[in-house]
Order: sequence, then structure tokens, then C-alpha cells
Amino acid sequence: MSAEPGDEQHPEALTAALNVTAWSPGEDVIEVKRTPAPGAARGTWRTFRETARGLMTTFGRFTEAPVTVEYPEEKTPVYPRFRGRHKLHRFEDSGLEKCVGCSLCAAACPADCIRVVADENTPENRVSAGERYAAVYEINLSRCIFCGYCEIACPFDAITMGHDYELSDYDRSDLIFTKEMLLAEPLERTPLRNEGE
Amino acid sequence: MSMLALVGYYEPWWIQIIKAIVIFAVGLQLVPIVLLAERKLLGRFQARYGPNRVGPYGALQPLADILKLLTKEQFRPSTSAGLLFALAPIISIVTAVAAFAIIPFGPVLDIFGTPVGLYGVDPSVGPLYLFAFGAIAFYGIMLGGWSSGSKYSFLGAMRGAAQLISYEVAQGLALVGVIITAQTLSLTGIVTAQKGMWYVVPQVVGFLIFLVAGFAETNRAPFDLTEADAELVGGYNTEYGGGRFASYYFAEYLNVLVVSGIVATVFLGGWLLPFGIHPPGWVDPFVVLFKMGLITFLFIWVRATLPRLRYDQLMSFGWKVLLPLATLNALVTAIVVVATHQ
Repeated sequence: MSAEPGDEQHPEALTAALNVTAWSPGEDVIEVKRTPAPGAARGTWRTFRETARGLMTTFGRFTEAPVTVEYPEEKTPVYPRFRGRHKLHRFEDSGLEKCVGCSLCAAACPADCIRVVADENTPENRVSAGERYAAVYEINLSRCIFCGYCEIACPFDAITMGHDYELSDYDRSDLIFTKEMLLAEPLERTPLRNEGE
Repeated sequence: MSMLALVGYYEPWWIQIIKAIVIFAVGLQLVPIVLLAERKLLGRFQARYGPNRVGPYGALQPLADILKLLTKEQFRPSTSAGLLFALAPIISIVTAVAAFAIIPFGPVLDIFGTPVGLYGVDPSVGPLYLFAFGAIAFYGIMLGGWSSGSKYSFLGAMRGAAQLISYEVAQGLALVGVIITAQTLSLTGIVTAQKGMWYVVPQVVGFLIFLVAGFAETNRAPFDLTEADAELVGGYNTEYGGGRFASYYFAEYLNVLVVSGIVATVFLGGWLLPFGIHPPGWVDPFVVLFKMGLITFLFIWVRATLPRLRYDQLMSFGWKVLLPLATLNALVTAIVVVATHQ
């Protein structure tokens, strides 16, 4: 086959020349047949009918209640596995911190936003259940990508992703959360989505 | 005096002044209501609330909007033609208020022994007055767009010009059927002629044509090609801001009210109520306002529903569909009226 520019190349002729079977679209393809362009009278009628149909559609919305969630006053509930702001945990019976300062979370963090400085527990100053504890535990939430790897990396379930998502602040330095802030209960509770909601 | 009585001028001059003030005041109060109603209703049509932060249920939203606009700097592009740029919004607003004057809110009432017609003026050529001011209103848009010295404004104004000319013909012809049936050009006369049956029934084609052309005349969706935001930024008012923009805005919504009022008067029986109910005279303005509200609701409803027309669709719809239909309507009405009057 010559491929001169300007040559008419029909798809059928092309498939025959290349000795391949034509591609079939399969059974689940919906064919849309376009009606011929309507004349003035039919077109007017069609426009009128479709306009009326559109008006009824919007009127249907009008009679319904708005679906708006008025955000600052009412919040969208989150799913139980929602990954919001991190939380550090204590043992409920002894009150000791679960974190032993192993820095596995910091190692797992792809955004490199966790800083852990460990220190030895002493009998006078016992902070965690293990040998060592986190003297400094900081998460820079302006860098955090909320991937949850820290949670997975932690061998003691000391750090988990909470449900808080309202994390904006006026200053970047205010977004570096210290251990005390992460251990404390969040000031405002985020509503949790119920099953089936 | 007899000369004045001949043209229907029977009111003392001070009543005319009071009426002029009242009409302007009523228009000024209705526009914010329509503004708020539009935003609230558009919200509801889209299953959301609309403005609800300023005041109870967002009732003070138009006030906040207008205050914001009025406290802005009067900005003028260096390419604009100064005097016309300032004059154009004034033309728009003046013609809108002037057209509002002929909407009759009731018949001549006896208020403390003085006969007062509940309308600004009742010229014996009512519809002509309306179309005259409609034609001048187009200068407001045209001059505004041209004097801005901006291509978007200019394009918007050009579209507006073509659109207004196309649809004014159909609108005028749609009224001819009514005028032939009522045998009068006075709007109060047309209302009283509807005692037996509102013209929306015998003149349903004229009603629909007038309504559609009214959408085009007021540059409302789906005929808002003059200010097609997606392609023309804002159309003829692109370069306007602050108080001048507010005037254009005011004029647009007042024009919606004027068209609503004319439709209510000419096709929906004005202040008349169906089934021969005759309330006391002070109810009449509220009946008219209610009917105007219904038509305004329709305006907003349509805006929430229909997408903007393409320019060629707009033109072919105006000239190929509306104009022949309106002509046919006038013709058939004339034949029927002549045939039944013998």
C-alpha cells in the first residue's frame, strides 16, 4: 500500500490489506442513535417539552430539604478508620506512657515529620512501661501527610491516628505538636459516623 | 383644565409628585427583596440554603451587598469615554423606574375625597410608552459597553443590541393580540377588559411569546448572552464597579419587576381576582404584587433550570420561531375578533 499524502485510506481497505480482523466493540457497548435535526415546528415542540421537563426537575429539588451541612456549626462525621491528627496513648491502669522511644515511627515516616529523643527510665522518674521513654516527641503537622505509617510501625500501639481534622493555624510553629499536646484529649470531639450512615 | 381632563389628567399636581416618590420608593424596596429572593430560591433549586449568615435567614444580605458596592471606589478605566461611562448606568436606572410607573396597581380610588389612580401614569398608549423606554434602556447597555473601552464590554453590548432588537419585535407583536381583543391601549383599560376572563386563556400563545421575549429583554437566563460570564467576563458591565455597577444591578432587577408587572397586568388580570371576588380597594395593590411575585418566581426558576443559549440559537429562535408565531397570533386574533363582532 502506498501512503502518499492525500490518498484516501478507508478503514476497511486498511484492515483487508494488513490481513487483520476488524476490532469489535463487544456486547456491553451502548449505541447512541442521534435523531435527525428537528425542523422549526418539531424543534419548537421538543424545546418546549424538554424545557418543561427541566423545570420539573429543578422544582423537585425546590420541594426537597437542602442537603447542605452547615460546617462550622455542624460537622461531617468521620469513619472510624479516618486518619486525622495523631494521638499518643497511656496505659489506662498505670497511667504510664505506651511510647518507649524506639523511633520506629520516625523511621517509617515518609515525610520525616516525627522527632523522637529517647531517655532512660529511672526508678525515681518512671514515665513509660519499658526501659526507655520519649523525652521529646514532636510531630510537625505542617509536613505530615497523614499516611498512618507511624501507627503501623509502632510495636506498642502508642501512637494512633485520631479523628481531628481541623488543624489550621495562624503560625507554622504552632503546628509542631509536642508530646503533651499529643497525649492530651482533643479539645473538640469530631463526630463519628455510625454504622450504615 | 378641560384639555387636561381630555387626556385623563384629573389629579392635582401634588398627588402626581407624591405618586412619583411612592413609585420610586416601592421600586427601591422591591429590588432588594427580589435580590434576596433570587439568591435564596436559586439555593433551594440546587438543594442548598443560599445566603443565611447576614441577619435572620440572611435577610440583610442585599443590604450588605449594596453597602459593599457603595463604599467602593469609583473606578474608571483610562480607555473609557468619561461622560458616557458615567451616564450609561443612569440611563439604565431612569428607564427602568420610568417603565415601572405605568404598572397599574389598582383602579382610581377615592382617597380622602381625592380621586387617585393607583399607578404612576396611565397613558392612552401604554404599551408604546413601555417599548419606548425599553428601547432607551438599551442605550444604557450599549453606551455602557461601548464607552468602557474594553473588548469584552463591547462584545457584550453588541450582543445586547442584536438581542434586544430581535426580541422587541416579537414582544410587541405578542401584545398586539391583547390590544385587539381589549380594543384599548391603556393598561387600566386592558385590565378592566379582563373582567370576564384573563387574557392568559384566550391569548396563551401571546402570553408565552411575551414571557420568553421578556426574558430576553431583561437579559436574564437563558438569554443572558450580554453578560455571559464564561466567555465575556461580565459583558457590558465588565469595567464597572461600585455604585455604577450597583445601578446596573438595580436596573436589571427592576426590569425583571417591570416585565413581571406588565405580564401580571396584561395577561393575568392585574388587580382582578378570579371567581368574581371583589375585595376592598386597598387590597388591589397586594393582588398585583402577588401576581408580580409569581412571575418573578418563574424568572428565577427558569434561571435555575436552563443553560445559556448559543448566539445563533438565540437569533434563529427569535426570528424563525417567535416572530412568525407572534405574527400568526396577531393575525388569528384579528380575524376572530372581526368575525365575532359582526
